[in-house]
This record gives sequence, structure tokens and C-alpha cells, in this order.
Amino acid sequence: MQYEAPQTLDAAVALLADARGAARVLAGGTDLLVQLRSGAIEPDLVVDIKRIDELKKITAEDGGYRIGAAVSGAELGEHEGVRALWPGVVEATELIGSTQVQGRATMAGNLCNASPAADSVPAMVAADATARIVGPDGVRDTSVRDVATGPGQTSLGRGEIVVSIFLPARPARSGDAYLRFIPRTEMDIAVVGAAVSVSLDDEGTCVAARVSLGAVAARVLLVDEGARVLIGTKLDDDALQALAAAASAACSPINDKRGTIEFRTDVAGVLARRAAQTAFERAKG
Amino acid sequence: MSQIHVSTTLNGDPVEYLCEPDETLLDVLRDRLGLTGSKEGCGSGDCGACSVTVDGRLVCSCLVLGAEAQDREIETIEGVAQGENLHPLQQKILDHAALQCGVCTPGFIVAAKALLERNPDPSETEVRYWLAGNLCRCTGYDKIVRAVMDAAQEMRGA
Amino acid sequence: MLDKTKDPVAERDFKVVGTRPVRPDGVDKVTGRARFGADISAPGMLVGKVKRSPHAHAKLVSIDTEKALALPGVKAVVTRDDFAENKKQCDVLRNIMAREKVLYDGHAVAAVAATSATVARKALKLIEVEYDVLPHVIDVDEAMKPGAPLLHDDMITKGVDPEPETASNIAQRYEFGHGDVEKGFAEADVVVERDFKTAAAHQGYIEPHACLASFTPDGQGELWCCTQGHYAIRGFCADLLGMDISKLRVTASEIGGGFGGKTTVFLEPLALALSRKTGRPVKMVMSREEVFRASGPTASTSSRVKVGATKDGKITAGEAEFRYQGGAFKGSPVQFGAMCAFACYALENVKTVGYDVVTNRPKQAAYRAPGAPMAAFAVESVIEELAVELSIDPVELRLINAAEEGDQSSFGPTFPRIGLVETLEATKAHEHFSAPLGPNQGRGIASGYWFNFGGATSVSLNIQPDGTVALAVGTPDIGGSRASMSLMAAEELGIAYEKVKAIVADTASLGYNEVSHGSRVTFASGLATIEAARNAKKILCARAAKMWEIPEEAVEWVDGHARPAGANAGDFEPMSLADIAKVAEQTGGPISGHQEHNASGAGASFATHMVDVEVDPETGRAHVVRYTAVQDAGKAIHPSYVEGQFQGGAAQGVGWALNEEYIYNDDGRLENPGFLDYRIPVCSDLPMLDTVIVEVPNPGHPYGVRGVGETGIVPPMAAIANAVSAAAGVRMTELPMSPPKLLKAINAKKANGSA
Repeated sequence: MQYEAPQTLDAAVALLADARGAARVLAGGTDLLVQLRSGAIEPDLVVDIKRIDELKKITAEDGGYRIGAAVSGAELGEHEGVRALWPGVVEATELIGSTQVQGRATMAGNLCNASPAADSVPAMVAADATARIVGPDGVRDTSVRDVATGPGQTSLGRGEIVVSIFLPARPARSGDAYLRFIPRTEMDIAVVGAAVSVSLDDEGTCVAARVSLGAVAARVLLVDEGARVLIGTKLDDDALQALAAAASAACSPINDKRGTIEFRTDVAGVLARRAAQTAFERAKG
Repeated sequence: MSQIHVSTTLNGDPVEYLCEPDETLLDVLRDRLGLTGSKEGCGSGDCGACSVTVDGRLVCSCLVLGAEAQDREIETIEGVAQGENLHPLQQKILDHAALQCGVCTPGFIVAAKALLERNPDPSETEVRYWLAGNLCRCTGYDKIVRAVMDAAQEMRGA
Repeated sequence: MLDKTKDPVAERDFKVVGTRPVRPDGVDKVTGRARFGADISAPGMLVGKVKRSPHAHAKLVSIDTEKALALPGVKAVVTRDDFAENKKQCDVLRNIMAREKVLYDGHAVAAVAATSATVARKALKLIEVEYDVLPHVIDVDEAMKPGAPLLHDDMITKGVDPEPETASNIAQRYEFGHGDVEKGFAEADVVVERDFKTAAAHQGYIEPHACLASFTPDGQGELWCCTQGHYAIRGFCADLLGMDISKLRVTASEIGGGFGGKTTVFLEPLALALSRKTGRPVKMVMSREEVFRASGPTASTSSRVKVGATKDGKITAGEAEFRYQGGAFKGSPVQFGAMCAFACYALENVKTVGYDVVTNRPKQAAYRAPGAPMAAFAVESVIEELAVELSIDPVELRLINAAEEGDQSSFGPTFPRIGLVETLEATKAHEHFSAPLGPNQGRGIASGYWFNFGGATSVSLNIQPDGTVALAVGTPDIGGSRASMSLMAAEELGIAYEKVKAIVADTASLGYNEVSHGSRVTFASGLATIEAARNAKKILCARAAKMWEIPEEAVEWVDGHARPAGANAGDFEPMSLADIAKVAEQTGGPISGHQEHNASGAGASFATHMVDVEVDPETGRAHVVRYTAVQDAGKAIHPSYVEGQFQGGAAQGVGWALNEEYIYNDDGRLENPGFLDYRIPVCSDLPMLDTVIVEVPNPGHPYGVRGVGETGIVPPMAAIANAVSAAAGVRMTELPMSPPKLLKAINAKKANGSA
């Protein structure tokens, strides 16, 4: 295995594009090193992107924020601006692993690891976030929804790197929230994750909503029906029940060591409802 | 596979070493630099026994490559006491009998020190969630949490 | 609570015992200096690694090591061919290295020694193993069925008359009890009968198994390892390697948790064999995955319990059948489970039956009160249901039936002075008992019993010229025992705690010491320490007598001083230990006290735990919000470490109750061999764990000590199950009570209309 820590994006892309064998990007490394140590992967090249200055930054852009691919969860959590604009995305990212893992793990890494149970991804999907990808053919922006194509699989081409996540501007009276179910209070992988983002009009009626679920399908889901039943309501009990039903209906989970189909389907509804309530409270301010 | 030369700062001292590209910082500390205070309990970032700080940031050294330490500042359990003076956290862990086997203790001290440097007056809940990545199988955490709270109080001069 | 008229030892006024000084190994452990199993190296050291079976059950057809040996840096490979058949250690031999068959996922098939970990890992991949895969069985009830895949075709069930003619997976049947249970049930007004299941839990020590072996061409060996019993390790290794016991010196490193799991060999004989073959030191360390797959978890169990009682709460009969699978070899702790099940109760009619069953899982190792927690979970759940049915407070119901001194235990012997009633009374008196509960919260209570072992013990106490004392014990310190030994030595000699330094000596320095298990260390090594100190005091008195030129009998030891007594009283200035030690060279040479014995008089410990649990009815998540552990310690030598034992037992019980389990897939492979999905409690999962130390002195120990290490894990699962059941309104009979299981039960109850 060859280890490289280039200082420019161009150098990183060139290394990856020219790699002869399997190549991996190292951001926080909290997934990569585990896979490396267990022998699950045997890359010929690892490209550490933490020495590239522009990937270490959070920058304000068009009323939103661009978060570099090498920004750790701890650094994101310390950024007052992002916290205020997208509290649900920040809390989702901060749920990844322990304090120690937070010191390293990144949103972009969480996205590219392509686990359906990734905590930050449903929150990013609910936020309608965009991933900026740089590769041998230049720069492209894509919805975060389109990065992971299945468990451990991404749409990234050879030599391509997710360099930043863009969280867009949002109207006043908006709020988001993410909740996950784990058996313990910390340190587990989500058995179910639910993110909801809502925007309200001056009357407090929901005018826009996005609902996303994790760990209930091969990919993180965007539940359009969940958003539809919220829009036009003040998130009264009927709307929340309809949301729970829509969320459960959208699930196509598996039985595994972390949960059953039945459990995940049930709890997805419960969490979607609870996350919507929190998002609603935040939107009301 | 050729080895990588790394220059870094370890507990305040300049250090140089050669390591394999796939070797972790924990392996380097333990096997190359003889600092065995950081322990490998899991090798997957789930137990916190290998906790160190890199540029002041708390991490699991089993999830950091040795090669990544170039030009960083690494602090380990071996750097916590100053000469013959124990850090208040070390003393309070002893006073509260907040260890049984003691294998997780270095990781807890490094992690708790990082907490108190950021938050000198944490609540019990904040202590518990900050330390959730440090597993202890012996104590049930009770005496550890009490020791950390007590050390925080002493360090605040209260 | 403590009846001093009944217990002469309780009247004793302790000076040092009962205080809470800093432990002697403390500073090393907070500074990172303490050396654990993996923390030592040797010049020229090789790295050893193990190749393990991916199959749950297969014939081991062939092992080809040629390609691995050809890899540069590989120095040796050992397989079954490197170990001679050993009738005495037949199962241990087959567990450390598969012979005819592999019997579980993770079973060792070869070990390699190489110049680096990287080379060793590559070499493992080059070892070619041919397997003939066989059907496997994981579940205990499945394994007992006729026609189940057989692990050992010569396993004829013992304890059954007449002896079965065909082999099965049932190694042995046990039976305990007395009276006539049928008659007892006929006398009952209420009978509760339930089935229970518990999953296999792992001890979960944070330090993986590790050792460093060095074997020289003249046949001498040295071994450094993390173990609860280095004498036992020496015995196993010498036997498996065919060497003289005296030629193998084993040093116990600091041990990063054991809880029973480090009482046998895994890597040690392999490291010695590799060292013998290469002539170089070999270090071996398990990965966490290996710890889960190939060291010893405890048994998973299946059981049925039936208890009958009269309207006024008198239990008329208790009956139970326990089925424990202990992995691939005989020796599950079902015997202890069947013995402890009803130990809390004075019963006229009681019968327990236990079946020791083998399955395609790693061989179980002892885990804290082996066998008792699963039995207590079942019995104490039924006792709770009985209390509900009878509308009697669960503590009252236990008090009505509690075993006391003079009662015949359910497993045979008559109890000496015991403290169950005192723990129940202390529970009732605790503020927690009547504290209000919040919404969706329930309170559970359970009691538990565990033995206390004595056994072979050897201690040496050396008085130094400056009046300090070096104490050498042979029981690895798994929870602060060097502090408690030092306290007892100081107490007995009448000197300050700081004057005593206790160490754990290697196997060449002391006589045989039984393993640190069975809650025996503070009792048995403590007893030997006190006796060694008493022997030293005799010599100290004799030396003073010699200087004073009076008879030895005319000198007594009081408050750390030799003092002339009887007719000579007041004739000479008393001499302190330091005074006598200073001139020891002139009065006859060094002064030491020794004690070698089989400790008897161990005192069992009872506990009662009380816990509040909050259940989220929509997700099935149970969270412990308050916990109080009450236990009889006999006499707490170092109360902080006694509390620590109670708290540790409770915390492990929380894990076992709510989330910990071995999960196997259809191929018999372990699905969760890591701390990510084998979910031990983390700091934020638990509240503070309150403790109450009850002290009903053990008449078999001069200070009244009872073993306290294990009893604390006996009541928690039942207490938590009772609390969860109260909070959720459904009776949970399977461990762990993980969220999917609990939510399913809650939803099923809802679907049945709140019937």
C-alpha cells in the first residue's frame, strides 16, 4: 500500500486517476481504517486529503454553507453559522460515533462510505444538499441522494473525489431535525434514521417539507408522500399520523443483526413523526 | 512497500520514526516508540482505550495512520503527569478508586482531560456522553464519572 | 442489622481494615506505566498469529503449510501435528488447536511465527486448509433433539441411569433437591410456571488475550501473560508441551479484566510451541474479533421454572429444569445454575435438573458466578409473578421464604450464618424502595446467591530491615486485591498501610495458588496473608524474647509491638516491628512469615438489587434510570473496591439483560464479533449505581470476609426483567430484552386489546 498526502486537489485527482490498482480516499478514516485493519479492503493507494487547505474549510455561500470534505464532525459542531441554519444536519453528523470518532469523521466520508445507515445522509437529503465532485473531467455538482447507489456502492467515477457538501440557503421560519434509533444511547449504528425539514408561512402552516429515512432500504430514502401529507397543515395529530404511516409505507428494510423488518418499519414512522415535531418547533423559532 | 519517514511532536518532544504505510499511530506509539500506555482494546474505534489527542483533538489512535502524524502535535497518557506531579484527573481517579483492572484508565484520562479543557464545568450528562466512546467493563462508570466531576471542581478552584 | 452478640468477629475494632487508601498499583495505572499482557517485548521477538476456521463444524481433512513456510520472514508454523495426544487434557488440547474436526467458527487450525505482524498475516492466507463441512447446531434445545448433528460421536450422557446406548450432545445430567415437589405443588394455592431463554454473553474484558513466550533449547520456558491464574496456565502448558512444571516459569502481567474468561489457555501453548520451534521469543495478541469468536463466552440457556405457594406467601415447592449449552466441549456451568437457582429460599420441597449440552460454539469459559445469573433470572422472574398474583410485596414474599442460618440449602448443605435477610431489610429501608416512579417506568427487585471458593493458597511475607513489609501473593489482582491484602497485613502486624507493598509473585516464587476466581482472592489469599503475618509475629516475638532473654511464651504482640507479658510484664520497653527488623541480622537472620494451605470456611454472599427502568412504548427501548445494589460483604476490607464489585456486576447485568448477545447466522458464523454490535453498556447508558454494603461476618474468616466479586451479577437480569415487565405491562422471558423483542411484545399485547 502506498500512502500519499498531496497538498492540492489537482495532485490528489491525478494520483487517484493514475493509480494502477485499487485506490481509496482517506478523509477522517473512521470507516477506511476499520476496513483496512480487518482486511476487508486491500487498497494499493490511499490518498489523504486532509493536507488540502480548501477541503478543511467551511465557507458561507449564497446564504448557505459549503463544507469541505475534510471537515470533521467536531469542527462542524463548533461552527455557529451551520448550527443555526441546519441544526438537524449538524446533530445528525455529531451522532456519528464517539467523541473520538467526531474528531476525525467527516460528512463527505459518511456519504461516500455509502452505508444505508449513515447518520448524516438522511439529514443532508432532507436539506436537499449538493455534493461537489472533482475528477479528471472537471467539476460537477450532484444531489447527495445520487452519490450512494447501494450499500458500499457510489456513482463516483475513477479519480473522482467529493470535495464539499453544499447546504443551501433556506427561508425564514424553517427547521430541520434528525433522529435515529439505536439500542444504546451512543456508539451504535442506526437501526432506523429519520430526518425532516420543514418551512412554514407566517401563519405557521407548513409550505415545504422534505422527509428522509435511513437504514430502511438499500439506499437512504426521500419520502415524497411524507412531505405531501405535512404541506398545508400545522403538523396536527392527523398530519403526524399520516406522516408516520407514509414513512412506514416507504420502508423496504431487511432483517439483520441490528433489527427486524417489522421493527424498522414500525419505528421509522415513530421517528419521522418525532423528528417532524422537533423540526416544526425549530421552524416556529 | 517502503517505509515512510515521519517527523512529529510527541508529548512536547520532537520525534522521528519510520513506519509502514498501513501502520496505525497506535502501532507506532506502542511498537516503535515504546509508549504502551495507549491500549488496543478493539482496533475499530469502539472502545477508546487508545485515546490520544492530535493537534488538541481527541481521537482513537487505532483509527489514525502513523504516516498522518507528520508535523502534528500528539499527546498521550505518558504526557499527562508533569514530572512527579499527577494531573488532578489522575489523582482523583486514584482517590475515588475509579479503576479496577486499569486497562481503560489511560484512555479515560486522556478523554476526560480533553473534555475539561473545553468545558471546565460539565454536567453529569455531558461527562457521560463525552466519555461514551470509552468502554469500561469493571466499574459501571459510577466512580469514574464522580472522579471526573471532582477533578473538574478542583481544577476550577472551587 | 449487624447482631454483634452473635458474631464475635464483628466486635473487633479495626484500625486499617475498612479504610480507603490508594491502591499500590494505582499510580502505574493512571500514568500508563502498568504493563499488561501486550505491553512487553523481548529482543529478537517474533509475532505469532492464528489461522482460524470459518466453518462451524467440519472435518479437518488436511493442512498444507508449505507456501506459508516459504514466505520470507516466516519462521515456523504449528498445527495439530505439533501437539501430542493428551488424554488428561483431551478437550483443552482440542480447543487450543483443532484435531479431527473444527467445532466452531474461529476454532484454531494453525499458528504462525514471523518477523512482523504483516508477514504473519500474509502467511496465514498462504496456509491451505481442506475442510469437509458438516451440519452444525447452535441452539441448545435443537442440540438436545434426537437426530441433531453430533459434535462428539463418543459422548454418552453421564448422570443417567441406565447409561444411554447412543451418543448425543448431552454431556451430563445433574439433579439437586430434597422433599417431594408433587406433594408441595398439591399444597399450593397458586402455581406459576414459565419458560425462559438467555443468550450467550461474553465477559467483555477490554484487554484482549496476550502473551510472550520464550523457550530455550535446554527445555526451559518462560511465559508472560494476562491471566487470572498463572499457576493453572503453567500446569496446562507444561502438560500440553510435555515439559516439567518446574522448567516453566509463568509471570502474570497486569490483567485488563477477566471476569472468569482468563482462567484457561488459548494462545499460551501455541506461543510456547512456536518459541520452541524457532528458538526465539514469540508474542501473540488476540484481535477483538478473535476474542469474541474464539475465547470463552458464557452459556446460552433454556429453562422451565415452576413455583407454588400458599395464599399467605409460603412457597410449598420449587422445581426447575435448566439446559445450558457450553460450546463445543462439555463443561457448561449448568451444575452451578441448578445449585444456585433456589438457594435464596428455605424450601421443604425443591428439585432442580440440569443438562450440560455441547453445540458448535466456542467453548464457554467461566463468567462471574458461572451459571447462577441465568437460573436466578428464571426463578426470580417467577417469584415476582407469584408476588403479583398473591398481592404480596415482592420483598415481603422473599422475606417470608428467605434462607437463614440452619436452613438446608436447595443444593444440600445446611447454611451457616448468612446475610440474605439483612440485604432484604436494607432494601426495604432504602429511600429508593418508596421513591415515586415516573410515566412508563417500572421497578424490579431480585435476590441472588453465589458460592465463595477457598482452595490452594500460598503467601510469603518478608519483613525488611527498615521495618517495611514485602508481601508476595500468587493470585493475580483483578480488582484491587493488592490493596486489600496490604490492608489485612498491616492490620494484623499493627503497622501503617503504607509500610506494606504487595506484589503478585511468579510461579517459581510461591507454592501453588488456585486461580483468582470463585470470589476467593480476598477470602483465601487474605486468610493466608493474615496467617503469614501471624507466623511472622511469632518470629518477631521470639526475636524480642531472645534479646530480652526471657521465654518466647512470655512475649505478646500488641499494637505493632512485641511486649513482655505475664510475669515479665513491664520489665522491658516494647519493641516495634521496625526495632526488631533493624537488628534481625544479629538475632537470627531475616524474618518472614509464610502460609500454605487449602483455605476452608469460605462464606457465601447474597445480594438484593432494586432497579427502575423506563420503557419507550413506541420503540421498545428500555433505559435504566435508577439502580441500588445491596450485598453482604461479610467485612469490607477496602469498601471502595467492594462497592466497585457491586457496581461492575450490576453494569454487566444491565448489558446482559438489555442488549448483549451472541448472534449467529444460518452458517453458524458469529455475526457480531466486535464492540460495535456486541453492545456492552456505555457511560451514557447508566445512571449512578448506588450500593449498600451489608456486613454479616463470615464465621470462617478472622475478619469476617465473604467473597464479593461474583454475586453482584446474579440478581440484575431478573431485577431488570421485573422492572421492564412492570413498565411495559408485558412479562419478558427472554434475554436480551432488546428493543425489537420488547416492541413486539408490547404491540402483541395492544393487538390483543389490553387483555
